[in-house]
Amino acid sequence: MVNMTSVETEKDTFKKQSQFKEIWRRFKKNKGAVIGLIILAAILLVLIFAGAVVSYDMVAEQNLSGKLASPSGEHLFGTDAYGRDVFARVIYGGRTSLGIAVLATISSCIVGSALGAIAGYFGGKVDSIISRSLDIFMSIPDILFTMAVVFALGANFKNLLIALTLAYFTNYVKLVRSQVLNLADLEYVEAAKAGGASSARIIMSHIIPNAMGVIIVNTTLNVSKIILYESTLSFLGLGMPPPAPEWGLMLAEAREFMRTAPHLLIFPAGAIVLTACSINLMGDGLRDALDPHLKS
Amino acid sequence: MSEMILDINDLKVVYKTDLETVKAVNSINLKIGKGKTLGLVGETGAGKTTTALSIMRLLPERTGKILEGSIEFDGKNLLDLLEEDMRKIRGDKIAMVFQDPMSSLNPVMTVGEQIGESILLHNEGLSKEEVDKLVEQKLSMVGILPSRKIEYPHQFSGGMKQRVVIAMALACEPELLIADEPTTALDVTIQAQVLMMIKELRDSHGTSMLMITHDLGIVAKVCDDVAVMYAGEIVESGTVEDIFLGANHHPYTEGLFGSIPNLVSKERRLTPILGLMPDPTNLPEGCVFAPRCKKRMEICTKVHPESTVLGTHELRCHLFNKDIEKEMEVKDGN
Amino acid sequence: MYKYVIKRLLFLIPTVLGVIFIIYFVMGMTPGDPARALLGASAPQADVDALNHELGYDLPFLQKYVNYVKNIIVNRDFGTSYFTKQSVFDEIWPRYIVTLKLAFSGVFLSAIIGVPLGIYAAVKQYSLADTIPSMFAFFFAAIPAFVLGMILLFIFSLKLNWLPSYGLDSWKSYIMPIITIAIPPAAQNMRFTKSSMLESIRQDYVRTARAKGAPENIVIWKHTLKNALLPVITNIGLSLGVQIAGAVVAEKLFSIPGIGSLIVDRITYKDEPVIIAGTILISICFTLVMLIVDIIYAYVDPRIKSKYAS
Repeated sequence: MVNMTSVETEKDTFKKQSQFKEIWRRFKKNKGAVIGLIILAAILLVLIFAGAVVSYDMVAEQNLSGKLASPSGEHLFGTDAYGRDVFARVIYGGRTSLGIAVLATISSCIVGSALGAIAGYFGGKVDSIISRSLDIFMSIPDILFTMAVVFALGANFKNLLIALTLAYFTNYVKLVRSQVLNLADLEYVEAAKAGGASSARIIMSHIIPNAMGVIIVNTTLNVSKIILYESTLSFLGLGMPPPAPEWGLMLAEAREFMRTAPHLLIFPAGAIVLTACSINLMGDGLRDALDPHLKS
Repeated sequence: MSEMILDINDLKVVYKTDLETVKAVNSINLKIGKGKTLGLVGETGAGKTTTALSIMRLLPERTGKILEGSIEFDGKNLLDLLEEDMRKIRGDKIAMVFQDPMSSLNPVMTVGEQIGESILLHNEGLSKEEVDKLVEQKLSMVGILPSRKIEYPHQFSGGMKQRVVIAMALACEPELLIADEPTTALDVTIQAQVLMMIKELRDSHGTSMLMITHDLGIVAKVCDDVAVMYAGEIVESGTVEDIFLGANHHPYTEGLFGSIPNLVSKERRLTPILGLMPDPTNLPEGCVFAPRCKKRMEICTKVHPESTVLGTHELRCHLFNKDIEKEMEVKDGN
Repeated sequence: MYKYVIKRLLFLIPTVLGVIFIIYFVMGMTPGDPARALLGASAPQADVDALNHELGYDLPFLQKYVNYVKNIIVNRDFGTSYFTKQSVFDEIWPRYIVTLKLAFSGVFLSAIIGVPLGIYAAVKQYSLADTIPSMFAFFFAAIPAFVLGMILLFIFSLKLNWLPSYGLDSWKSYIMPIITIAIPPAAQNMRFTKSSMLESIRQDYVRTARAKGAPENIVIWKHTLKNALLPVITNIGLSLGVQIAGAVVAEKLFSIPGIGSLIVDRITYKDEPVIIAGTILISICFTLVMLIVDIIYAYVDPRIKSKYAS
């Protein structure tokens, strides 16, 4: 019997390569998306090599006599209520925010996609149980649930990650489930089953690659949503505890001093908006590149 | 010769996108006689639908462009009309039935409302009762219970939906009906029914028709004249007798007939036409069919064939070009 | 049609019970016990144990859950606040109303702004009427509600002194909070409506309408709009979740006595009963709204309506 899988993977790889090129070409045409990509890349570079730009000590170094100073040559973004350098805090805060966002996105993606694939593929009772539970789960507004989790477990990096994953995994379950329901009917899945492939194999090698496009777009856009959400939580005191350099936290601290020290509001807010905008531009561009029909 | 209801001359249509220009229709001539039915035959992508949309002036706004030619309807060139005048003609004098009945009807309006809309758009003075009566009349005309006018499209089967579409198209008793593969999306048994119905309605109303199809069987049953389209050109045209019974044929037409499975004779193998239609953004020089033609000659890849007219039968092929030797001489001379 | 409504209403009950269960379960993981919280750190252990027993703290989880639900249904009793030692329900209810006022005003405003802009942007695609609102929508989608609120506070309260910066004294106090809550969902509404309209315009039945000779404005208003608005209705209902989050933020930022700010404040004081009760009440409201949206949708979409017609 011919080994169908190996023949198929060769053709698949070839198809994928030219598909990638085509997607990349469409992506490049979208000026906004390219700008987003460039800005994001720049942000990532700065964050990864933060040490080269400004040392970590500056984050915590207090200087009460020089507090609430406006931007100057020495302190590019000014200083905060404790005399700490805002520039350093914004940059290292970026690491925290982006780091949590990326990790939370990946974990919610994995958990949600797995559940969605199982629900869609096995159907019947399994699907019913998962879907019903999900409906009940989604009846609780995200923010309240997150608050409950953070309250119960305490506010730290790990728990924040858990709370965010729980808030966002539902996104993926519905998405992947509907993709699977669409694809599971297709003939090549039947053929694979007839050839003796196991359920797990079918899900992994046939269904998930096809659902990839939608998953990737959603994931990209989710990162930006999670950044916004996470900074909101910190603002409310439910995220990273002080004295962590975190954008939401910095804005909460800035509230008191806004009138006289607007730079405390402008720079962290600007950082959040810039990051979210560039991710959204890229995400939109990806979406259009993967499905050109949506554009015109 | 009877009068022409539709006279298309030298029509050239392209689709222009950022990347490329698709030459969909290349200088075609089409004539439909009053009360006659012309069958436009060809494979998918030959340019048949584009031709139909051009007549209706419904090409996609941003990409479709009619470069040259004239489309004369009842003496008037449609391409010269203002949009508002064209709108008066659409649905009223020329109506179109599209291929897929599943998606042609608006899911949130009742079928009665949709047929009624056709009527009201072109007969503004009518009262609600009058329109209702007409709607019921049209529905029974296509074999649907008039009381179903309050139902929504999803409550009808595929064949019934197409009947509704036809009722809608014929609501204002148009002079020309363009049917773009009206039965292709239907089950085989339903196809025959719907086709019969179209034929009866056409006969009783005296409607002229442009029947677009890739099915030669339908052509034989319903059409008076035939035009064979390939890669944006009409390669052969004539009466139905010319095409089905005539002695001379364009190699493409021969190929089409050869590809039909024969239920009766058991021995004949299917002889498909090898190859694919050329890329409309990159048409070959000379005759468009030459790359796939079994009877290809040297001149075919160099010179675009002129039309040879044999009575009602027209052929665009060097095989029938009497001056072929003269042309070869001229070419060699240069 | 009634069958559908009744079916959904019946489903409401297990959903609400499920919601209460989940919240109760999550909160059950909090360290500490109620008696200690009520009596204080210095109270003798014996007293603490006695009170815990009285409160039913040592019962198995499911029993506690059932008791809790019974208390709510029968006595309208959500327990006693650890912090204020008052009845939770009495404390929460007025604040609940405030939050509801804010959240629903937000939904209303975001729909009124977002939907018409979205329709217009789709109809006039690629023109200025499309690109400018789209850019704004894009921009606002990247600003978290609290940042927007702070900027509004900065400009209109601190610098211009036009609007009050805290409390609920006059109608003016509602302006900034409601704007903060409504703008991000309005931006999302606009984008969603626009894409729904564009999707609708692409459909075959629109081509049929044109082929009938319908003028362009009828094609859009009559044929495209109704189809496009169906998913928009559901989307607006869903946005309530975002509005609630916005309300929590706005209440904190503008010091408004709503249930959101109550929950956030009491988290610091570990006031479990209040937090649980608040979360439950809001979730019930949310579930009810989703139910109403689903029923409206079923009425409006003939495909679903006919499935349940008698």
